[in-house]
Amino acid sequence: MITAGIDIGSISTKATVLSDGKLLGTRLIFTGYNAEAAGRAVFEELLKELGLERSAIRRVISTGYGRNSVKFVDKAVTEITCHGAGAHYLDPLVRSIIDIGGQDSKAIVIDGKGKVKNFAMNDKCAAGTGRFLEVMARALEVDLEVFGNLSLRAGNPSKISSLCTVFAESEVISLISKGESRENIIAGIHESIAARVAAMANRVGMIPPLVMTGGVAKNAGVVKALEKKLGFSILVSGYAQVNGAIGAAVLAMNIK
Amino acid sequence: MQEIFLFLLAGVRKKILRFKKHRKMKDILTVYYLEAKSARVGGRKVAWITSGGPVEPLIAMNIIPVYPENHGAMIGASKMGAGLCELSESMGYSSDLCSYARSDIACATVNGGPIGGLPRPDMLVCCNNICGTVLKWYEVQARYFNAPLFIFDTPFCHTGFGEEVRRYVRRQLDEYVSFLEKTCDRKMDGGRLAGVGKLSLEAQRLWQAVLDTTVNRPAPMCAFDAFFHLALIVTLRGTQEAVDYYRRLLERMNDRVARGVGAVADEKYRLLWDNIPVWHRTRWLSEKFASHSACLVADTYTSAWCGSMKYIDENNFFDSMAEAYTRIYLNIGVDEMARTVLAMIDKYKVDGMVMHSNRSCKPYSLGQYDIAKIVERERGIPSLIIEADMVDERSFSESQVSTRIDAFMEMIKASR
Repeated sequence: MITAGIDIGSISTKATVLSDGKLLGTRLIFTGYNAEAAGRAVFEELLKELGLERSAIRRVISTGYGRNSVKFVDKAVTEITCHGAGAHYLDPLVRSIIDIGGQDSKAIVIDGKGKVKNFAMNDKCAAGTGRFLEVMARALEVDLEVFGNLSLRAGNPSKISSLCTVFAESEVISLISKGESRENIIAGIHESIAARVAAMANRVGMIPPLVMTGGVAKNAGVVKALEKKLGFSILVSGYAQVNGAIGAAVLAMNIK
Repeated sequence: MQEIFLFLLAGVRKKILRFKKHRKMKDILTVYYLEAKSARVGGRKVAWITSGGPVEPLIAMNIIPVYPENHGAMIGASKMGAGLCELSESMGYSSDLCSYARSDIACATVNGGPIGGLPRPDMLVCCNNICGTVLKWYEVQARYFNAPLFIFDTPFCHTGFGEEVRRYVRRQLDEYVSFLEKTCDRKMDGGRLAGVGKLSLEAQRLWQAVLDTTVNRPAPMCAFDAFFHLALIVTLRGTQEAVDYYRRLLERMNDRVARGVGAVADEKYRLLWDNIPVWHRTRWLSEKFASHSACLVADTYTSAWCGSMKYIDENNFFDSMAEAYTRIYLNIGVDEMARTVLAMIDKYKVDGMVMHSNRSCKPYSLGQYDIAKIVERERGIPSLIIEADMVDERSFSESQVSTRIDAFMEMIKASR
């Protein structure tokens, strides 16, 4: 059976296709203004790439903040459930997930079958999310892609204490004007995110092995800062960013 | 005066379409607020009192009790909270302060809100069994209206209730009566107070019986109905009217049980609500949970107005008020709160708990994570924490809350 998952996030939209549980392909585009159009586009592009007809796909599940805006799917499921299923599909030993996406962060505990046992989400504030990093990258005039590697070279990470993204940006600007190095500032930003996410994760109680998913998992600096805060190592798969979409396609195999 | 009528009548008309049952309540509340607004014409006095305060002596003295917190709930339900909170912030009050306090303080200066402001108080009675904010809030209002203030101090019961606390609170009951006698310039009628006490206890028993009808599957009502029917046990406790209302309501609920009618037609999951309602979002939340076939069958909030019945002595109501008004849900330690919650989970056969982490109400929200952990450990039941505010709509993010509720329900469904 061929199934698909579409994860419409605040920044990027992802699609995956599975055939009898085997991953056929994934695709990612920017969400932009129209969540529905992004969901449709990424799905059509992936089908074209794989040379599949729409009729070949038995079931489709949508997830992410835009999950209810696409009408051509069989079901909408939250990203919490999908990240649980996706992480379990990629590594059945995983028991905890930290997902940092564009506008929220989540800590999820799953059982041996990939079912969610408990979860927590950030309170309604963008600090500790991908959007926070984007704002900081703009203030520092550094490409977000190199954030992770730059921070690993920091000698003495700066202290960013504000919980508010806008105020943290002012802190960063004042550090720049004091002549602090980019490396130290970026490392400080990562530690600030890690502190916030670790506090949320500890509330739920993380159980290793722990995997990190979402776009921010590509940032080695955040992963390292989180490992330090939590006290154990974090797995990152090459599919971190499409993990939710994979979970959606996995769940699509089982809907009645 | 006319605007109260118009507001309440508009409410009546709107409700008739959806809930015919609510008409009686609207009528009673319309008369109640009209009486309070025209108290001076009738030669009666008005007392502002906190929601957990001892109201029976006021009723016995023929004083009209008015509840700024109840008014706050009306402001929230009318979605007028943000505007009034902004007004209070421009007066200098912090946005971290309770939104009932902020909206009430602002409302008093402009006679705004859904009923054009509360009637001016002749006195204020502040009981701190629900929180510490009320002390400053009532001091502010007593100064603003230049009215006498009585503070009824109920020490926090961390682990139990000692003799010295009983004596301390009991003595304040005498001082309270003296305060009322002095303010009204007439004596308290002890026999009348005992009669009011009996009616108060009877109403509390009936209210508990109404709430207990939800042990049935499907539950004939849900917490969102309880939030509505609660108004009289708060405002008119100790009157015959409240007793009659809850007796009729109990009959109606029992009838629904007999006919197998549920608040949520296809009830599959039973949940417990914790904290004050998100007044500006009750309908949205109600529909959201119903869409998952989930019924909020019980809550820690509405049951607080009958939760300390066990401390009331039917034959000595006045003396026993000391303990009953001190040992209420918000004035006890987290361990005892958790025991209360566990007992409710067992009684109503609950599958999950929904906790409103209320930005306004610190005493209610403090300890929620501990209670959630205790519930998970003792009963294996999951909890969801929703961040919002009871009145201030600015502290609510629909898509965030929506995702959390959907994910929580997916988790409960998957565990079946």
